[in-house]
Amino acid sequence: MNNLTETGVYRGPRETIYETSSKGLTCIVPPALDVPAIDIADTFGSIARKSAPILPEVTEVQIMRHYSHLASMNFGIDSGMYPLGSCTMKYNPRINEDMARLSGFAGLHPYQPQSSVQGALQLMYELQKDFGTISGFPAVTLQPAAGAHGEYTALSVFRAAHTAKGNPRKKVIIPDTAHGTNPASVAMCGYEVVSIQSTESGMVDIEKLKAALDEDTAAFMLTNPNTVGMFDSQILEITQAVHAVGAYAYCDGANLNAILGITRPGDVGFDALHINTHKTFSTPHGGGGPGAGPVCVSAELASFLPGPIVEKEGESYRLVTPSNSLGRVRSFMGNFGVLVRAYTYIKALGGQGIRDTGEQAVLSANYMRVKLADVFDIAYDRICMHEFVISGSRQGHDYGVHTLDMAKRLLDYGFHPPTIYFPQLVDEAMMIEPTETESKESLDSFIEAMHKIAAEAKNDPDLVKGSPYFTPIRRLDEAEAARRPNVAWTGSID
Amino acid sequence: MNYLPINFQQKKEMLEAVGVKNIEELFVDVPEKARLKGLLPLGDGAGEMELVSKITALAKKNTPATELVSFAGAGCYDHYIPAFIDHLLLRPEFFTAYTPYQPEVSQGTLQAVYEYQTGICQLTGLDRANASMYDGATAMVEAAFMAVRLAHKRDKVVVAGSLHPEYLETLKTYTHADTVKPIFVDPVNGVTPTDDILAAIDDTVAAVIVGYPNFYGAYEPLEEIADAIHAHKGLLIVVANPFMLGLVEAPANLGADIVVGEAQSLGNPMSFGGPGLGYFACTSACTRQMPGRIVGKTTDVDGHTGYVLTLSTREQHIRREKATSNICSNHALNALAAGMYLAGVGPTGLKEFALSAVSKARYLHDALVATGKFEPLNEHVYGYEFALVYKGAAQILYDDLFEHGYISGVVLDEHVLLFAVTEKRTREEMDAFVNEVKAHE
Repeated sequence: MNNLTETGVYRGPRETIYETSSKGLTCIVPPALDVPAIDIADTFGSIARKSAPILPEVTEVQIMRHYSHLASMNFGIDSGMYPLGSCTMKYNPRINEDMARLSGFAGLHPYQPQSSVQGALQLMYELQKDFGTISGFPAVTLQPAAGAHGEYTALSVFRAAHTAKGNPRKKVIIPDTAHGTNPASVAMCGYEVVSIQSTESGMVDIEKLKAALDEDTAAFMLTNPNTVGMFDSQILEITQAVHAVGAYAYCDGANLNAILGITRPGDVGFDALHINTHKTFSTPHGGGGPGAGPVCVSAELASFLPGPIVEKEGESYRLVTPSNSLGRVRSFMGNFGVLVRAYTYIKALGGQGIRDTGEQAVLSANYMRVKLADVFDIAYDRICMHEFVISGSRQGHDYGVHTLDMAKRLLDYGFHPPTIYFPQLVDEAMMIEPTETESKESLDSFIEAMHKIAAEAKNDPDLVKGSPYFTPIRRLDEAEAARRPNVAWTGSID
Repeated sequence: MNYLPINFQQKKEMLEAVGVKNIEELFVDVPEKARLKGLLPLGDGAGEMELVSKITALAKKNTPATELVSFAGAGCYDHYIPAFIDHLLLRPEFFTAYTPYQPEVSQGTLQAVYEYQTGICQLTGLDRANASMYDGATAMVEAAFMAVRLAHKRDKVVVAGSLHPEYLETLKTYTHADTVKPIFVDPVNGVTPTDDILAAIDDTVAAVIVGYPNFYGAYEPLEEIADAIHAHKGLLIVVANPFMLGLVEAPANLGADIVVGEAQSLGNPMSFGGPGLGYFACTSACTRQMPGRIVGKTTDVDGHTGYVLTLSTREQHIRREKATSNICSNHALNALAAGMYLAGVGPTGLKEFALSAVSKARYLHDALVATGKFEPLNEHVYGYEFALVYKGAAQILYDDLFEHGYISGVVLDEHVLLFAVTEKRTREEMDAFVNEVKAHE
């Protein structure tokens, strides 16, 4: 049932490329040597490789068919809607790809003379400025490779700034709604995590925050809008309380999408923010990355940023390391190729497009929220930002059909499921983020699929519990994979 | 312009459905005084034709190394990238996919990563590899952290000072919180003296980190260091360029417990240094402390072979502050390219490409030394990268030759230049370069 599509194309499991290999076949070889070949044994002696690694032995057509088959078993944003809350799977304009692939960008070596990379440095400089304008902060580093890397970087900036004042402090406060990367980044930075409970409505409990804040607090990390899709309306009071004990307020920018052109983290008292360029500025996720996680900070923190950053002097651009820099957080300048995509996207949108994007993201989410309210429990049924959380607890309680089952059933209807079981404080959570690039038709068909699944849960619960049926492969035994890890093919090629 | 597919009429219907009069009512929670008045000063949006002309003009202000005769390496290499790779990477099901949390519709990414992991295990000689890290520097840092976690009460890591300076700087940044204490051993003429490394090893050391080759292109003796650190129940972490691993011995066979590094050299463009591809491999004993995503093989309810993200109980979304790492996004698409590259070259091609690069490096090395203007920085075995001491001012030579279309490697100090010669360079180019060097006053 699962392996043949309507057109009869097989989309089921496929043996590994190693198993399709035949001894002696090859696809790419270097040209004939135009210099004398070294004697390997003579040159490398005891470190000459004794037995060749087992690698695929295939021709180009085999490679093309192998990976094309694998691609056909994948779902991407071009395949259909991907309403993954907090992950922001919006459409990625193709022009971004073409621009990143220009040889004037892709062919640059990081250490070639700065005079020969002025266009790249100008792009980075303008992007720093644009991120500053969008976020409301005066200083930006483009170096971090991903959102979580940005979190770590910003926390390290805080640590460096506190240390410069004589005491790095000990702990970082985080609401219980925080992404898992927040506490992990805090721990990597050597701080203790103090988690505080949110209010019934998913907001920061100011009293609990104030009780936790003291002279040992290095920072408070907040995702705003938060992971239940609400903008914390007490934000000015929150940042004030954080500053009152000499701590810094950090904005996890995972949800920046919702407030583009509406409000700026730098204007509501935050001291630092990271931007997930791959979410907000339309770089494809590539099955998990690469992304980029630039960090924007207040003037007070600018000198602590990791280098290099780009400065403009007269008409030329140069790389500099800020005066009190905490050091670098990776090699070279950052994920430059990803930054080209973000730059292209921002130039396409301009000031008006940026605001339209924020507005539409919020309108689409609210539209979907009201349209799903009759069959699902909405965790916080009020005006939301770009995402909202529904609960499958009604279906779970009444028919034994859980959120996971309904998510799998969505696959049969051609949709990628929303983020499930997060945030943890909502029972049977499904966090839905339609994004601004979905048409009303696609929003309506997702809503329709959700209604059908709710009806199926009631009338034929086993149907939903047994799903998916029409995917290239069906539910997988994840426990077995963890119990006996098999993470590499082992065998030989004949 | 924007990419919004909703027209005025539809927007009106949606506002009505929500029950608000206008869009502003949706932002009730944003305090009035925090709301922006008017548009951000980001200029007018541009259509696609304008974008192409504006951004192409920026690209044209650069002179890419790929269009010059470049000998620049130092952690980022101009290797040949087979044409088929980009055709496959641009399959939208690959490059527009999210992290494969729903395995039923992500088998393409999952299986491709499993095959990439297999390639990394084969090259390094280890049993376990993850789905990728950000770059070589962060992979090395994570390896140091992992070794300290595995060693329990030990927090010192002995680090060869001949590693990439930016990797050393990154490690310093990550250790500012004192969770891991690095002991840097200074290099002499581009090699970290083995005796100095051995002298730094004792029962308080969790691991030693050594390059293979090091930043200066030299292969330092691993086995002696491996024996010493193993005798003290610590681990050997090797930072290796995977391009060479079809030609030189797998680090695990020389005693490495963890092998990490930068795999940009396998099918990924230089792209001004990023995105790169950090790879990470270790022995099976370390599996549950390994950072990052891992793909594992299993079966579905019908008994078909399939793949899933596995061992996720180590990860940040479950373990939060007790996770092995904060890494969430990784460099999956770059890993996919590396997997495709390894499939394209196979064991024979990988060896032949490395042999070609090393032979050409030897040719250039000897030709430059024969000019009488250069001396080797040391007499160590090198691969396709080597450091030479120039008798004059290195920067002046470099700048002068750049005017003639050559990138004379990377200037390391007043007199030292680091040259990388990939398989892309030809004898003709190298001869012409050597002639320019001879002509330089």
